[in-house]
Amino acid sequence: MQWNSATEFFAMGGYALYVWGGFGACALLMAVEPWLVKRRMREAILNLQRLGRAENLDNKNR
Amino acid sequence: MNLLTEKPAKGFYRFSSPQTFYPLAEKMLPWFWVAAALFGIAGLWISFFVAPTDATQGEAYRLIFVHVPASWMSMFIYLVMAAWAGIGLALGTRLSGMMAQALAPTGALMAALSLATGSLWGRPMWGTWWIWDARLTSELILFFLYIGFIALQAAIDDPRRADKAGAVLALVGVVNVPIIYFSVIWWNSLHQGSSVSLTKSPSMAQTMFAGMILMALCFWMYSIAVALMRVRAIIIERERNAEWVRTEISMEKTNAVE
Repeated sequence: MQWNSATEFFAMGGYALYVWGGFGACALLMAVEPWLVKRRMREAILNLQRLGRAENLDNKNR
Repeated sequence: MNLLTEKPAKGFYRFSSPQTFYPLAEKMLPWFWVAAALFGIAGLWISFFVAPTDATQGEAYRLIFVHVPASWMSMFIYLVMAAWAGIGLALGTRLSGMMAQALAPTGALMAALSLATGSLWGRPMWGTWWIWDARLTSELILFFLYIGFIALQAAIDDPRRADKAGAVLALVGVVNVPIIYFSVIWWNSLHQGSSVSLTKSPSMAQTMFAGMILMALCFWMYSIAVALMRVRAIIIERERNAEWVRTEISMEKTNAVE
């Protein structure tokens, strides 16, 4: 291992902004995307369940 | 008598129907997430603690551990997306269009990450965030092709027609992928040639190469996992009038009472 201390590791030889910026952007987007998809899935299921309940109500009132 | 509707499809073709693919995708999901996490942990460890400092680029070269995988995936996902779209166009299979639709946002994300990490590397190494060079410009066009595909499909209300229009766009855009790949050979580019090729051994330290491959596998598994998640949502959205979706949903226990 080429790092002598944690500060040296985080400094990335003076390229901290670029290296951590790049890895950070990847980590951020790859965390946000699954979260958005999960939300879309939940939304789709909730919509269908609402629709189902509305149809049941319609049938009862008929 | 129509044999096609009489008998359920057998073997592998069974999975070309949304109804059979929906539960299959759910079963596959955890495996791809676990694989992505394991490759990611191993890849990051090598990227930061095993791979040595580059003699000419210092620590800034470590960006290749995300830049190269993101670039590879942006091109590879496009090919897979166009293939699904083409199959859908030729055979009219419902699931194919959904697969293409599920892949597009992840492909766009990979293209964006490729451009962003490349830019962050270019600033300290080339002295510029951006240059209108063949490799960079063709990758930007790839990003716009993804965005165009998504926007075109979103603009058409009938999903089957959206599939067809998107498929034509995706197939025409395929020509851009070899342009990106060979741009560093065909034109004088500021971008360096590939360090990895199928025909000769990689021109970099073995640990650097290993880190890059592990990160690429992580990005690959991630892409499959997130696309499988999205295709499940798309199936629910588009097949909402099918009986099996209704029964499937009524069994889901996601906060049924609001």
